[in-house]
Amino acid sequence: MNISEKLVADFAANDVGFITTVPCKQLAGVIDAVEAHPDIRHIPANKEDEGMGLCAGAFMGGTRSAIIMQNTAIGVTINTLVTLIQYYRIPLPMLISYRGELREPVACQAEMAVHTKALLAQLNIPTYHFHKLSDADEFDAILKYTFMCNKPVAILTDASFWGGYGE
Amino acid sequence: MIRSEILKHIAPILDGQLAVCNIGIPSQELHAIHDQASNFYMLGTMGLASSIGLGLALAQPKTVIAIDGDGSVLTNLGTLPTIANNVANNFILLIIDNGSYGSTGDQPTYAGMKTKLEDVARACGCENVIACAAEDTGTTLQAAIDSGKQTVIVCKCESGNAKMPVITMDPVTIRDRFMGAVKA
Repeated sequence: MNISEKLVADFAANDVGFITTVPCKQLAGVIDAVEAHPDIRHIPANKEDEGMGLCAGAFMGGTRSAIIMQNTAIGVTINTLVTLIQYYRIPLPMLISYRGELREPVACQAEMAVHTKALLAQLNIPTYHFHKLSDADEFDAILKYTFMCNKPVAILTDASFWGGYGE
Repeated sequence: MIRSEILKHIAPILDGQLAVCNIGIPSQELHAIHDQASNFYMLGTMGLASSIGLGLALAQPKTVIAIDGDGSVLTNLGTLPTIANNVANNFILLIIDNGSYGSTGDQPTYAGMKTKLEDVARACGCENVIACAAEDTGTTLQAAIDSGKQTVIVCKCESGNAKMPVITMDPVTIRDRFMGAVKA
Protein backbone atom coordinates (compact mmCIF):
# COMPACT_ATOMS: atom_id res chain seq x y z
CA MET A 1 0.00 0.00 0.00
CA ASN A 2 1.54 3.35 -1.00
CA ILE A 3 1.07 6.53 1.04
CA SER A 4 -1.89 7.74 -1.04
CA GLU A 5 -3.68 4.44 -0.56
CA LYS A 6 -2.86 4.48 3.16
CA LEU A 7 -4.43 7.93 3.62
CA VAL A 8 -7.56 6.90 1.72
CA ALA A 9 -7.75 3.60 3.64
CA ASP A 10 -7.68 5.66 6.87
CA PHE A 11 -10.54 7.80 5.54
CA ALA A 12 -12.56 4.66 4.79
CA ALA A 13 -11.72 3.04 8.14
CA ASN A 14 -13.17 6.16 9.81
CA ASP A 15 -16.41 5.84 7.82
CA VAL A 16 -15.68 8.77 5.52
CA GLY A 17 -17.87 7.91 2.56
CA PHE A 18 -17.98 11.21 0.65
CA ILE A 19 -14.96 13.19 -0.52
CA THR A 20 -14.85 16.30 -2.67
CA THR A 21 -11.64 17.25 -4.40
CA VAL A 22 -10.20 20.20 -6.24
CA PRO A 23 -7.24 19.10 -8.34
CA CYS A 24 -3.61 19.38 -7.28
CA LYS A 25 -0.57 17.78 -8.91
CA GLN A 26 0.89 16.89 -5.53
CA LEU A 27 -2.35 15.18 -4.45
CA ALA A 28 -3.03 13.47 -7.78
CA GLY A 29 -2.25 10.04 -6.34
CA VAL A 30 -4.62 10.57 -3.42
CA ILE A 31 -7.37 11.77 -5.74
CA ASP A 32 -6.89 8.65 -7.89
CA ALA A 33 -7.08 6.47 -4.77
CA VAL A 34 -10.29 8.24 -3.67
CA GLU A 35 -11.81 7.66 -7.09
CA ALA A 36 -10.82 3.99 -6.99
CA HIS A 37 -12.07 3.24 -3.48
CA PRO A 38 -15.32 1.25 -3.55
CA ASP A 39 -16.68 2.68 -0.27
CA ILE A 40 -16.08 6.35 -1.03
CA ARG A 41 -18.16 8.58 -3.26
CA HIS A 42 -15.87 11.02 -5.06
CA ILE A 43 -17.37 14.31 -6.19
CA PRO A 44 -14.92 16.64 -7.94
CA ALA A 45 -15.79 20.28 -7.17
CA ASN A 46 -15.15 23.35 -9.28
CA LYS A 47 -14.19 25.48 -6.31
CA GLU A 48 -13.39 24.68 -2.72
CA ASP A 49 -16.29 26.57 -1.14
CA GLU A 50 -18.66 24.63 -3.37
CA GLY A 51 -16.91 21.46 -2.20
CA MET A 52 -17.45 22.41 1.43
CA GLY A 53 -21.15 22.94 0.74
CA LEU A 54 -21.34 19.46 -0.77
CA CYS A 55 -19.54 18.05 2.28
CA ALA A 56 -21.92 19.84 4.68
CA GLY A 57 -24.91 18.39 2.85
CA ALA A 58 -23.49 14.87 2.81
CA PHE A 59 -22.72 15.07 6.52
CA MET A 60 -26.28 16.15 7.30
CA GLY A 61 -27.43 13.25 5.16
CA GLY A 62 -25.61 10.86 7.48
CA THR A 63 -22.36 10.33 5.57
CA ARG A 64 -19.05 11.54 6.96
CA SER A 65 -17.31 13.76 4.44
CA ALA A 66 -13.91 15.27 3.73
CA ILE A 67 -12.29 17.69 1.29
CA ILE A 68 -8.98 17.48 -0.53
CA MET A 69 -7.55 20.78 -1.79
CA GLN A 70 -4.52 23.09 -1.97
CA ASN A 71 -3.55 25.61 0.68
CA THR A 72 -4.51 28.43 -1.67
CA ALA A 73 -8.08 27.32 -0.91
CA ILE A 74 -7.79 28.64 2.65
CA GLY A 75 -7.91 32.08 1.09
CA VAL A 76 -10.94 31.11 -0.98
CA THR A 77 -12.97 29.48 1.78
CA ILE A 78 -12.60 31.60 4.93
CA ASN A 79 -16.23 32.75 4.86
CA THR A 80 -17.49 29.21 4.24
CA LEU A 81 -15.32 27.78 7.01
CA VAL A 82 -16.59 30.38 9.48
CA THR A 83 -20.28 30.77 8.56
CA LEU A 84 -21.08 27.21 7.49
CA ILE A 85 -18.60 24.62 8.76
CA GLN A 86 -17.76 26.22 12.12
CA TYR A 87 -21.08 28.01 12.74
CA TYR A 88 -23.13 24.81 12.29
CA ARG A 89 -20.40 22.67 13.94
CA ILE A 90 -19.78 20.33 11.02
CA PRO A 91 -16.74 18.05 11.24
CA LEU A 92 -14.56 18.40 8.15
CA PRO A 93 -11.14 16.86 7.63
CA MET A 94 -9.26 18.97 5.09
CA LEU A 95 -6.36 17.12 3.47
CA ILE A 96 -4.34 19.97 2.05
CA SER A 97 -1.43 20.17 -0.34
CA TYR A 98 0.93 22.65 1.36
CA ARG A 99 2.34 24.32 -1.72
CA GLY A 100 5.06 26.95 -1.46
CA GLU A 101 7.23 25.09 1.08
CA LEU A 102 10.74 23.61 0.66
CA ARG A 103 11.38 22.13 -2.84
CA GLU A 104 8.63 24.29 -4.35
CA PRO A 105 9.49 25.26 -7.92
CA VAL A 106 6.82 27.95 -8.44
CA ALA A 107 7.60 31.23 -6.67
CA CYS A 108 4.01 32.45 -6.48
CA GLN A 109 3.06 29.45 -4.34
CA ALA A 110 5.30 30.77 -1.55
CA GLU A 111 3.13 33.89 -1.34
CA MET A 112 0.16 31.89 -0.01
CA ALA A 113 2.35 29.47 1.94
CA VAL A 114 3.53 32.24 4.25
CA HIS A 115 -0.08 33.03 5.19
CA THR A 116 -1.41 29.49 5.47
CA LYS A 117 -0.64 28.65 9.09
CA ALA A 118 -1.37 32.18 10.28
CA LEU A 119 -4.84 32.08 8.70
CA LEU A 120 -5.58 28.63 10.14
CA ALA A 121 -4.43 29.82 13.57
CA GLN A 122 -6.58 32.95 13.30
CA LEU A 123 -9.56 30.72 12.50
CA ASN A 124 -8.82 28.44 15.49
CA ILE A 125 -8.61 25.46 13.13
CA PRO A 126 -6.60 22.54 14.54
CA THR A 127 -3.68 22.13 12.15
CA TYR A 128 -1.27 19.25 11.57
CA HIS A 129 1.76 19.41 9.26
CA PHE A 130 2.98 16.25 7.52
CA HIS A 131 6.65 16.75 6.57
CA LYS A 132 7.99 13.20 6.84
CA LEU A 133 6.23 10.03 5.76
CA SER A 134 6.04 8.79 9.36
CA ASP A 135 3.93 11.89 10.23
CA ALA A 136 1.06 10.17 8.42
CA ASP A 137 0.98 7.54 11.16
CA GLU A 138 -1.19 10.05 13.06
CA PHE A 139 -3.73 10.46 10.26
CA ASP A 140 -6.12 7.91 11.74
CA ALA A 141 -6.00 9.67 15.13
CA ILE A 142 -6.51 13.06 13.45
CA LEU A 143 -9.65 11.79 11.73
CA LYS A 144 -11.00 10.40 15.00
CA TYR A 145 -10.25 13.74 16.65
CA THR A 146 -12.09 15.63 13.89
CA PHE A 147 -15.28 13.60 14.30
CA MET A 148 -14.98 13.76 18.09
CA CYS A 149 -14.89 17.57 18.22
CA ASN A 150 -17.07 18.51 15.19
CA LYS A 151 -14.57 21.00 13.79
CA PRO A 152 -12.80 21.59 10.51
CA VAL A 153 -9.27 20.23 10.88
CA ALA A 154 -6.39 20.98 8.50
CA ILE A 155 -3.75 18.42 7.53
CA LEU A 156 -1.01 20.21 5.59
CA THR A 157 1.13 17.91 3.45
CA ASP A 158 4.26 19.50 2.01
CA ALA A 159 6.50 18.59 -0.93
CA SER A 160 9.04 16.82 1.29
CA PHE A 161 6.25 14.55 2.56
CA TRP A 162 5.37 13.68 -1.02
CA GLY A 163 9.01 13.08 -1.97
CA GLY A 164 9.58 16.28 -3.87
CA TYR A 165 7.76 18.05 -6.60
CA GLY A 166 8.92 16.14 -9.63
CA GLU A 167 12.46 17.52 -9.53
CA MET B 1 -45.95 37.53 -7.64
CA ILE B 2 -42.92 38.10 -5.46
CA ARG B 3 -40.81 35.43 -3.73
CA SER B 4 -42.79 35.40 -0.49
CA GLU B 5 -46.02 34.82 -2.41
CA ILE B 6 -44.43 31.88 -4.21
CA LEU B 7 -43.28 30.43 -0.89
CA LYS B 8 -46.81 30.76 0.50
CA HIS B 9 -48.15 29.14 -2.66
CA ILE B 10 -45.79 26.12 -2.44
CA ALA B 11 -45.79 25.76 1.37
CA PRO B 12 -48.28 22.82 1.29
CA ILE B 13 -45.97 21.03 -1.18
CA LEU B 14 -42.91 21.71 0.95
CA ASP B 15 -44.65 20.33 4.02
CA GLY B 16 -42.64 17.35 5.27
CA GLN B 17 -40.04 17.67 2.48
CA LEU B 18 -36.34 18.31 3.07
CA ALA B 19 -35.76 21.91 2.00
CA VAL B 20 -32.40 23.68 1.96
CA CYS B 21 -33.11 27.39 1.80
CA ASN B 22 -30.97 30.21 0.50
CA ILE B 23 -29.40 32.78 2.84
CA GLY B 24 -31.02 36.04 3.89
CA ILE B 25 -34.57 37.12 3.22
CA PRO B 26 -35.58 33.85 1.45
CA SER B 27 -34.82 31.87 4.63
CA GLN B 28 -36.51 34.54 6.78
CA GLU B 29 -39.62 34.35 4.60
CA LEU B 30 -39.72 30.53 4.61
CA HIS B 31 -39.16 30.49 8.37
CA ALA B 32 -42.07 32.90 8.93
CA ILE B 33 -44.40 31.23 6.40
CA HIS B 34 -43.80 27.55 7.10
CA ASP B 35 -41.20 26.69 9.71
CA GLN B 36 -40.57 22.96 10.08
CA ALA B 37 -37.75 20.72 11.26
CA SER B 38 -37.06 19.61 7.69
CA ASN B 39 -36.12 23.16 6.65
CA PHE B 40 -32.40 23.92 6.67
CA TYR B 41 -31.93 27.67 6.89
CA MET B 42 -28.66 29.11 5.66
CA LEU B 43 -27.62 31.93 7.97
CA GLY B 44 -24.42 32.66 6.06
CA THR B 45 -22.38 31.56 3.05
CA MET B 46 -24.18 32.97 0.03
CA GLY B 47 -24.38 30.64 -2.95
CA LEU B 48 -24.10 27.22 -1.35
CA ALA B 49 -27.76 26.15 -1.00
CA SER B 50 -27.55 24.10 -4.20
CA SER B 51 -24.26 22.49 -3.15
CA ILE B 52 -25.55 21.59 0.31
CA GLY B 53 -28.73 20.26 -1.27
CA LEU B 54 -26.86 18.12 -3.80
CA GLY B 55 -24.54 16.69 -1.15
CA LEU B 56 -27.55 15.85 0.99
CA ALA B 57 -29.39 14.23 -1.93
CA LEU B 58 -26.36 12.12 -2.86
CA ALA B 59 -25.97 10.90 0.73
CA GLN B 60 -29.51 9.71 1.46
CA PRO B 61 -32.67 8.69 -0.46
CA LYS B 62 -35.30 11.29 0.51
CA THR B 63 -36.27 14.05 -1.89
CA VAL B 64 -34.30 17.27 -1.37
CA ILE B 65 -35.50 20.66 -2.60
CA ALA B 66 -32.90 23.40 -2.67
CA ILE B 67 -34.65 26.77 -2.74
CA ASP B 68 -32.18 29.12 -4.33
CA GLY B 69 -32.14 32.51 -5.99
CA ASP B 70 -30.76 33.81 -9.26
CA GLY B 71 -28.17 35.95 -7.48
CA SER B 72 -26.97 33.05 -5.35
CA VAL B 73 -26.71 30.70 -8.32
CA LEU B 74 -24.66 33.35 -10.13
CA THR B 75 -22.39 33.53 -7.06
CA ASN B 76 -21.74 29.77 -7.26
CA LEU B 77 -22.17 29.14 -10.98
CA GLY B 78 -19.78 26.17 -10.79
CA THR B 79 -22.57 24.30 -9.02
CA LEU B 80 -24.47 23.67 -12.26
CA PRO B 81 -21.83 21.46 -13.95
CA THR B 82 -21.44 19.56 -10.66
CA ILE B 83 -25.19 18.98 -10.48
CA ALA B 84 -25.30 17.94 -14.15
CA ASN B 85 -22.47 15.44 -13.83
CA ASN B 86 -23.49 13.91 -10.49
CA VAL B 87 -27.13 13.13 -11.05
CA ALA B 88 -29.18 12.59 -7.91
CA ASN B 89 -32.72 11.79 -8.95
CA ASN B 90 -34.00 12.86 -5.53
CA PHE B 91 -32.67 16.40 -6.04
CA ILE B 92 -34.66 19.42 -7.17
CA LEU B 93 -33.04 22.82 -7.57
CA LEU B 94 -35.75 25.48 -7.42
CA ILE B 95 -34.30 28.80 -8.52
CA ILE B 96 -36.64 31.67 -7.68
CA ASP B 97 -35.47 34.12 -10.30
CA ASN B 98 -36.57 37.65 -9.51
CA GLY B 99 -33.72 39.26 -11.42
CA SER B 100 -32.38 40.94 -8.31
CA TYR B 101 -30.28 40.58 -5.20
CA GLY B 102 -33.24 40.80 -2.85
CA SER B 103 -31.48 40.61 0.49
CA THR B 104 -29.10 43.45 -0.26
CA GLY B 105 -31.48 46.06 -1.63
CA ASP B 106 -32.83 44.63 -4.88
CA GLN B 107 -29.84 45.48 -7.05
CA PRO B 108 -30.34 43.94 -10.51
CA THR B 109 -28.61 40.63 -11.35
CA TYR B 110 -27.36 39.61 -14.78
CA ALA B 111 -30.08 36.93 -14.73
CA GLY B 112 -32.55 39.78 -15.10
CA MET B 113 -30.65 41.05 -18.14
CA LYS B 114 -29.11 38.94 -20.91
CA THR B 115 -28.27 35.80 -18.92
CA LYS B 116 -30.93 33.10 -18.80
CA LEU B 117 -30.20 30.62 -16.04
CA GLU B 118 -32.29 27.90 -17.68
CA ASP B 119 -30.03 28.16 -20.74
CA VAL B 120 -26.93 28.14 -18.52
CA ALA B 121 -28.17 25.03 -16.72
CA ARG B 122 -28.83 23.24 -20.01
CA ALA B 123 -25.43 24.29 -21.39
CA CYS B 124 -23.83 22.85 -18.25
CA GLY B 125 -25.43 19.51 -19.03
CA CYS B 126 -28.41 19.57 -16.67
CA GLU B 127 -31.33 17.52 -17.91
CA ASN B 128 -34.95 18.26 -16.99
CA VAL B 129 -34.59 22.04 -16.86
CA ILE B 130 -37.93 23.81 -16.68
CA ALA B 131 -38.58 27.55 -16.79
CA CYS B 132 -41.97 28.49 -15.45
CA ALA B 133 -44.06 31.49 -14.53
CA ALA B 134 -44.44 32.29 -10.85
CA GLU B 135 -48.05 31.12 -10.66
CA ASP B 136 -47.09 27.71 -12.14
CA THR B 137 -44.41 27.00 -9.54
CA GLY B 138 -46.61 24.70 -7.44
CA THR B 139 -47.65 22.41 -10.27
CA THR B 140 -44.13 22.39 -11.70
CA LEU B 141 -42.57 21.56 -8.34
CA GLN B 142 -45.09 18.81 -7.61
CA ALA B 143 -44.52 17.30 -11.05
CA ALA B 144 -40.76 17.35 -10.45
CA ILE B 145 -41.19 15.56 -7.11
CA ASP B 146 -43.48 12.98 -8.72
CA SER B 147 -41.12 12.42 -11.66
CA GLY B 148 -38.33 11.01 -9.48
CA LYS B 149 -35.82 12.73 -11.73
CA GLN B 150 -33.28 15.39 -10.96
CA THR B 151 -34.87 18.66 -12.03
CA VAL B 152 -33.83 22.29 -12.23
CA ILE B 153 -36.74 24.72 -12.08
CA VAL B 154 -36.25 28.38 -12.91
CA CYS B 155 -39.30 30.23 -11.73
CA LYS B 156 -39.60 33.81 -12.93
CA CYS B 157 -41.12 36.31 -10.56
CA GLU B 158 -41.11 39.95 -9.61
CA SER B 159 -38.51 41.57 -7.43
CA GLY B 160 -39.52 42.36 -3.85
CA ASN B 161 -39.31 41.20 -0.28
CA ALA B 162 -41.77 40.62 2.55
CA LYS B 163 -40.86 42.17 5.90
CA MET B 164 -40.11 39.17 8.11
CA PRO B 165 -38.10 38.83 11.32
CA VAL B 166 -34.49 37.72 11.33
CA ILE B 167 -34.02 34.04 12.27
CA THR B 168 -32.69 33.92 15.82
CA MET B 169 -32.60 30.12 16.13
CA ASP B 170 -29.12 28.87 16.94
CA PRO B 171 -27.37 27.27 13.92
CA VAL B 172 -26.65 24.07 15.84
CA THR B 173 -30.35 23.81 16.69
CA ILE B 174 -31.25 24.29 13.02
CA ARG B 175 -28.74 21.61 12.04
CA ASP B 176 -29.71 19.19 14.80
CA ARG B 177 -33.45 19.26 14.19
CA PHE B 178 -32.84 19.10 10.43
CA MET B 179 -30.68 15.98 10.82
CA GLY B 180 -33.43 14.51 12.99
CA ALA B 181 -35.90 15.10 10.14
CA VAL B 182 -33.50 13.54 7.63
CA LYS B 183 -33.27 10.40 9.76
CA ALA B 184 -36.99 10.21 10.66
